[in-house]
Amino acid sequence: MIEVRDLKKNFGTQKVLDGVNLRIESGESVVIIGRSGGGKSVLLKQLIGLNKPDSGEVLIDGQDIVPMNERQLLEVRRKFGMLFQGAALFDSMTVAQNVAFPLRRDRSLTAKDIAGKVAEALDVVELPGTENKKPSELSGGMKKRVGLARAIIYEPQIVLYDEPTTGLDPVVSDSIDKLIIRVRDHLKVTSVVVTHDMRSARRVGQRILYLLDKKIYVSGTPEEIFASTDPKVRKFIDGVADPKEHHTF
Amino acid sequence: MKPFSKSWILDWLGGLGRIGILVEEAFGSLFRRTVEWRDFFYQLYFVGVKSQSVVLVTGAFTGMVLCAQTFFQFHKVKMDTATLAVVSVSMCSELGPVLTGLMVAGRVGAAFAAEIGTMRVTEQIDALRTLATHPVDYLVMPRLLAGFIALPLLTAESITVGILAGYGVGVYLLGIDPAYCWSNMIHFTHDVDVCIGLIKAFIYGGLVALIGCYKGMTCGEGAEGVGRATTEAVVYSSIAILITNFFLTLFLTQLFKP
Repeated sequence: MIEVRDLKKNFGTQKVLDGVNLRIESGESVVIIGRSGGGKSVLLKQLIGLNKPDSGEVLIDGQDIVPMNERQLLEVRRKFGMLFQGAALFDSMTVAQNVAFPLRRDRSLTAKDIAGKVAEALDVVELPGTENKKPSELSGGMKKRVGLARAIIYEPQIVLYDEPTTGLDPVVSDSIDKLIIRVRDHLKVTSVVVTHDMRSARRVGQRILYLLDKKIYVSGTPEEIFASTDPKVRKFIDGVADPKEHHTF
Repeated sequence: MKPFSKSWILDWLGGLGRIGILVEEAFGSLFRRTVEWRDFFYQLYFVGVKSQSVVLVTGAFTGMVLCAQTFFQFHKVKMDTATLAVVSVSMCSELGPVLTGLMVAGRVGAAFAAEIGTMRVTEQIDALRTLATHPVDYLVMPRLLAGFIALPLLTAESITVGILAGYGVGVYLLGIDPAYCWSNMIHFTHDVDVCIGLIKAFIYGGLVALIGCYKGMTCGEGAEGVGRATTEAVVYSSIAILITNFFLTLFLTQLFKP
């Protein structure tokens, strides 16, 4: 279970998060939506301790990770897998080496075991036979799949997705969404997806949180959010720009 | 105090503090035995083997020019046969370690900063952290150890090649008597000179690797950030070597030759 209490984060003088509260139950699939630059990715990174908040608490299974140092956080992060916006594959390694990376310290596994697990993880993300390719030879969608294979190979309890469909065409986006659902159902993981792609949010989320004005503005099921009559929510769902924003161009 | 100078001092002190934390983390990683040894051997190959050509050329030509210049001056006072002794002592205690350090700073310090900096801006370092891997264990410590070990070896090579090249120029080009020349060199070069050179090289190896890694780990966003980190790694490593060299010369000479 993930719980965030009164989380605040500033970058210099710029306030990014100002009193965020949320709670995500085990096995739940939650989508955090919000404007670009609105602090969604910052919030996601706080959940895994990649950024430290200025104040507030982040509880993972009841344990506050905010006061922990980097070495203590490494233990907590074993519960997590994360798919980055640009996949963040290690470009000096092959696909197989990338996917096997989290297993390299497990002395109980032989090279054959690791190769088997890598092949299995690549099967789950529908990329069999790509073991010897380099990240530079892969398309954007393929990179994200490999990133996901790397994130799930050690069977984490929670998987975080940072803008998983950004920059992909609608067909590839749909396949990534299906993959997220498959991983959630297959591995019974808690999923937290950050996106501004509303189609994707509707497909993968059991609950949607709308981050607005540095706080969680509203929380509800996709049906509730899409049927909302709140003007601020409607504006985001319908993609209507503020008239003031036109003048900036 | 003006706000600009105040913020500059605070930035500088902050930078020193961050380097201190990095050093503490790096040596903690060594004692916790969490160093990635496979990567260490690769880095040893990259720093040691791949830097050979540049270090050997630098050592050889420095020995040759030093020999020629010393000969031109000594010849005026009929001290031709002391030429190689000057070349040898200079190469052992000063020119060998400093020039090797500077060449490695240009090649390896820049490569470390660029590689780690690129990993930082493409979120690969964050990915490492999410995969329960400490970036200092995986990226910094193998490079730091490789720097500590490779630089004394490269320096020893550079010194040897420099002296041999100086001998070749002195004897075969400038016509110095080989027996006296060699005998004077052995007579005036002491074990301590070699020790001082290798201790300096050990310290410069650590400095170059540490500054390169630190600049990569703290680089700014985008291509500009990586470019700046790379330039700063080379400039700061080179300046650090030159300044440290002066104090090390004073300190080590006092230590070994009281």
